[in-house]
Amino acid sequence: MFKVLALMILGIGVGYLFRKRNLSFISKLITVLIWILLFVLGLEVGSNPQIVSNLGKLGLDALVITVGALLGSIILAALLWRFVNKKKAQ
Amino acid sequence: MRSSLIIVGFFILGSLLGYFGVIPTSFLEGDISFYALGALMFCVGISLGSDPETLKSFKKINPRLLLLPLLTIIGTVAGSAIVSIFLPERSAIDSMAVGSGLGYYSLSSIFITEFKGAELGTIALLSNISREILALLLAPVFVKYFGKLAPISAGGATTMDTTLPIIMKFSGKEYMVLSVFHGFVTDLSVPFLVTLFCSI
Repeated sequence: MFKVLALMILGIGVGYLFRKRNLSFISKLITVLIWILLFVLGLEVGSNPQIVSNLGKLGLDALVITVGALLGSIILAALLWRFVNKKKAQ
Repeated sequence: MRSSLIIVGFFILGSLLGYFGVIPTSFLEGDISFYALGALMFCVGISLGSDPETLKSFKKINPRLLLLPLLTIIGTVAGSAIVSIFLPERSAIDSMAVGSGLGYYSLSSIFITEFKGAELGTIALLSNISREILALLLAPVFVKYFGKLAPISAGGATTMDTTLPIIMKFSGKEYMVLSVFHGFVTDLSVPFLVTLFCSI
């Protein structure tokens, strides 16, 4: 899986070298690749009866994780907000 | 919003075709998705590397606020780990892998499917889509009770595109550069964080 990250870092170098060229086709290519990959993920999900029959439960698990992730991040954001404003008031 | 709907549309189309057996599953046994993922990440790299102007605008941000993306990541990962107590079938690590998608549902679900299987990948897709939706809908509530940085933190990796207009509306236009910076850093962190939690 580290190969994939290495490819991204290689891409950053290539992008920097060709930054003066018109690279607008890259964002279209990204969109199409995302479509293909999510289509394939859908195929895997749809053809797997274990996932299909548990879809409601998987959705509930997903929502619980989302609530945890959101609460954790906004609580720390609130602490930083108070810290920045306290400094300003002094 | 429209582009998100199209992405979800492709997922649903794939699910239906898979469910009704229109496309044989032998199609999935090759490494197509791995090569497509490699190509995707190479292109994401190119689009980052070719845009040094965005990086330059970040110099104007109040140095203390540069901490915000880091706090978003720590809060998200910690929060995801804590709620895994309520999910007996999911380990804390799996929960952290899903959370560290930071709302970047396309990439995180693709990565997690590739490394942990389609079941956790589906959870990652649903969880990160709902993060984006909740960040959009609850932005005014977050500002009221948690301050103007909260909608940015909640938006995770989406704050330089889909949630940016909502953040500018409820936190204020002066938070645009911070929001883009936050989105840029968290967006870039997603593949690293997800890979980390998938390999522990």
